[in-house]
Amino acid sequence: MKLFRKLLTSSVLVTSLVAATVVSINGAMAAGGGAELEHFTPVRTDKALQRGAKVFVNYCMGCHTADYHRYSHFARDAGLSDEAVVNNLIFTTDSEGETNKIGSLMASNMSKEYGKEAFGAVPPNLALTARSRGVDWLYTYMKSFYLDESRPLGANNVVYPNVGMPHVLADLQGWQQLEHKTDDEGHEINVLRPLTAGTLSPEEYDDTITDLVSFLDYLGDPNREARHSLGIKVMLFLFLFLIVAIMLKKEYWKDIPHNH
Amino acid sequence: MSKAANLLSWIDERIPLSNTWDKHVGKYYAPKNFNFWYYFGSLALLVLVLQIVTGIFLTMNYKADGELAFKSVEYIMRDVNWGWLIRYMHSTGASMFFVVVYLHMMRGIMYGSYKKPRELLWIFGMLIYLVLMAEAFMGYLLPWGQMSFWGAQVIISLFGAIPFVGDAITLWLRGDFVVADSTLNRFFALHVIAMPLVLIGLVFVHIVALHEVGSNNPDGIDIKKTKGADGIPLDGIPFHPYYTVKDLVGVVVFFIVFFAIVFFAPEMGGYFLEHANYIPADPLKTPEHIAPVWYFTPFYAILRAMPDKLMGVIAMFSAIAVLFFLPWIDRSPVRSIRYRSVAYKAILIAFVVSFIILGYYGMQPVTPAGTWISRLCSLIYFGFFVALWFISKDESTKPLPERVTY
Amino acid sequence: MATDRVAPGQDGNPDGVDKKRRRLLTRTAGVVGAAGALAMVVPFVSSMAPSARARAAGAPVEIDISKLEPGQRVIVEWRGKPVWVLRRTPELLESLEKVKGDLSDPESEDSDQPEYAQNEFRSYEDRQEILVMVGLCTHLGCSPTFRPEVAPADLGDDWMGGFFCPCHGSRFDIAGRVYKGMPAPTNLEVPPYYFMNENRVLVGDSGGQV
Repeated sequence: MKLFRKLLTSSVLVTSLVAATVVSINGAMAAGGGAELEHFTPVRTDKALQRGAKVFVNYCMGCHTADYHRYSHFARDAGLSDEAVVNNLIFTTDSEGETNKIGSLMASNMSKEYGKEAFGAVPPNLALTARSRGVDWLYTYMKSFYLDESRPLGANNVVYPNVGMPHVLADLQGWQQLEHKTDDEGHEINVLRPLTAGTLSPEEYDDTITDLVSFLDYLGDPNREARHSLGIKVMLFLFLFLIVAIMLKKEYWKDIPHNH
Repeated sequence: MSKAANLLSWIDERIPLSNTWDKHVGKYYAPKNFNFWYYFGSLALLVLVLQIVTGIFLTMNYKADGELAFKSVEYIMRDVNWGWLIRYMHSTGASMFFVVVYLHMMRGIMYGSYKKPRELLWIFGMLIYLVLMAEAFMGYLLPWGQMSFWGAQVIISLFGAIPFVGDAITLWLRGDFVVADSTLNRFFALHVIAMPLVLIGLVFVHIVALHEVGSNNPDGIDIKKTKGADGIPLDGIPFHPYYTVKDLVGVVVFFIVFFAIVFFAPEMGGYFLEHANYIPADPLKTPEHIAPVWYFTPFYAILRAMPDKLMGVIAMFSAIAVLFFLPWIDRSPVRSIRYRSVAYKAILIAFVVSFIILGYYGMQPVTPAGTWISRLCSLIYFGFFVALWFISKDESTKPLPERVTY
Repeated sequence: MATDRVAPGQDGNPDGVDKKRRRLLTRTAGVVGAAGALAMVVPFVSSMAPSARARAAGAPVEIDISKLEPGQRVIVEWRGKPVWVLRRTPELLESLEKVKGDLSDPESEDSDQPEYAQNEFRSYEDRQEILVMVGLCTHLGCSPTFRPEVAPADLGDDWMGGFFCPCHGSRFDIAGRVYKGMPAPTNLEVPPYYFMNENRVLVGDSGGQV
């Protein structure tokens, strides 16, 4: 009887665990969408963040805003002085045309109206893209632009077909061409072949994208480091508390006699 | 008399402080054989307090405005000192509330805690569950992300299935032709004040009802039948200090799980905070796949399993409503699963497993196989109550012990 | 008859209970629990302090005073408070010595100002004519009116120019020093500031000066 009860309890727990695992595996796969995504692990060092921020303010912020986050917050997290950020990374201006201050939000100077007119849709705020799309998607996306004369801005993307965004980093990467091939099992697959060379070698371009996506990952979850280090301390405290609580409970429950 | 004792007697002459403490804690005699499943009642109360406190602090910086809501959440996450911690505690707390409440309900079902004389206790509990679902649903709209928006759009549209007045009702609920600023504003009002007030009131009567009839226990036998010379049940022990110290262990274990999620996995792989909710609400563009948060998905799966909109809505609401009648559907006088028949145990396991599978398919995109499995599980879900009605009539139960097993 | 609810013993303490150990454990749990609760209070209390947005909005403010005429005052916003910048005339500066006997804190010993402004003029010694001051009465926070004229009808014949608070009638001289017998307890507050150059003042930062 007791065994049966244990069985029931454990079967409930096991079923939920199995379900949860299946769910998370499926969830991870579902996030992928159409094209095959490359796995990406963000680099969280001050240097990588600084390089990534440089790419971001130079190539992305002309059109994309990130106006949930402040330059000062980034300066603190990337180990930079306020002066260094003001002098090297702030190119945006406020409503009166003065260069933004260190405490301002990382807002683009392009208006939403202009963006809609130029690209057909307002370029999205990039502060949270790493959380909505995931870093794998971002990394693969930045490597999947190809030449497509049929598109208004001459570029298309395998990961995001018919995207309104031009290939901003074409100078760095060079152009790619889309080729359709058939694999061993007869499925049609898309392959990107280099067409022209950019100013960066393929390895250098990958490094640049790594920095950029690492920065976007930071932008999506800026407090992750702080959260993890505090979390470890909280866990240690709670385990200590648990030991005391268990000892206290055992001490008091000595009073309670068993019935047999 | 000491000064403290003097002060206490001064207060006791004016309000029944010592009496209340004794009645509900100091001399509340609970059965001594509570097991693991009995932690979740006190934990539910703990989560309620956590949600109220973190909620109050979120309200200080949140803006219930279609233009500002999404940004104000990011403001809390980035600009407000410790805002991220408070917000993650609240979002994790919402899911953990349901984890705890589902386990608490499971306990009630397993040990027959809804049976005479605890029918009202069970019904108050079910009402709490109902209000909690409304509270969570409305709270989920507030971050004003894509999932918030489209989730609310879908769920509110359910009321459109009501014949004749459906469309008028959905329009009235939203206050606009789609989910809009007015919907957000009223959901905010209901989420931060109306529902919590109702919830606290219901929790209060739930506890009053519990302390009137006394706690059930894993053996499902009445400890009041065997009293000592002092008129107190032999198997009853004072809640304080014995269950306060025991619940403290439960609280610390709960906090370990809770804070592990808050600090290391606040999104819980997209199940506590959905990825698409990091995109601001856009009334012109539905995300590719929308699913409710996990705690609603069993009922959502039942809804989708039905081939007809009205039938789906009826089935979904019946799935919750039928639980209210459990005290009368189950006709066996024996409460605890420990002394019930194999048939009962079998249908209960089938019920639990079908509920979990429904929860899984409620999160998945619609597939023909998923729909058929959902239909089968919906059938098992409702079948449990039908089977229970018949099985419990003349069930061959095991003999009950005189005293609790401890 | 003893019940077997709890193991029998004397004085309400079951046999074999190590009272010392029990008390020690209770206290330890109490201390650890209280420490945890206290640590939990910190983020909540701290969340009510100025956020990054409020701090960014409260950053120092730059003011161009090249067009400020003698006797003229401008009001700028710093941390949401009105800050006055006034270029005083020689006559107004002379009045400071004359009213000294009627003031409650003429040396600004009990008042709020940076050290470099703790003098008769309540400004930098080398820029006596420029007064920078938080325009909020130290009584209950109303903003006093600027009354530079001498002996107006409503303020009386001995008014030498200064500030008058309409809420509760506090009077201040042209350096923001409060007169005796007024509801305001101290002189008006001088914020930290410094001259970036001849014509630019930065309010909210002392520029390294103490």
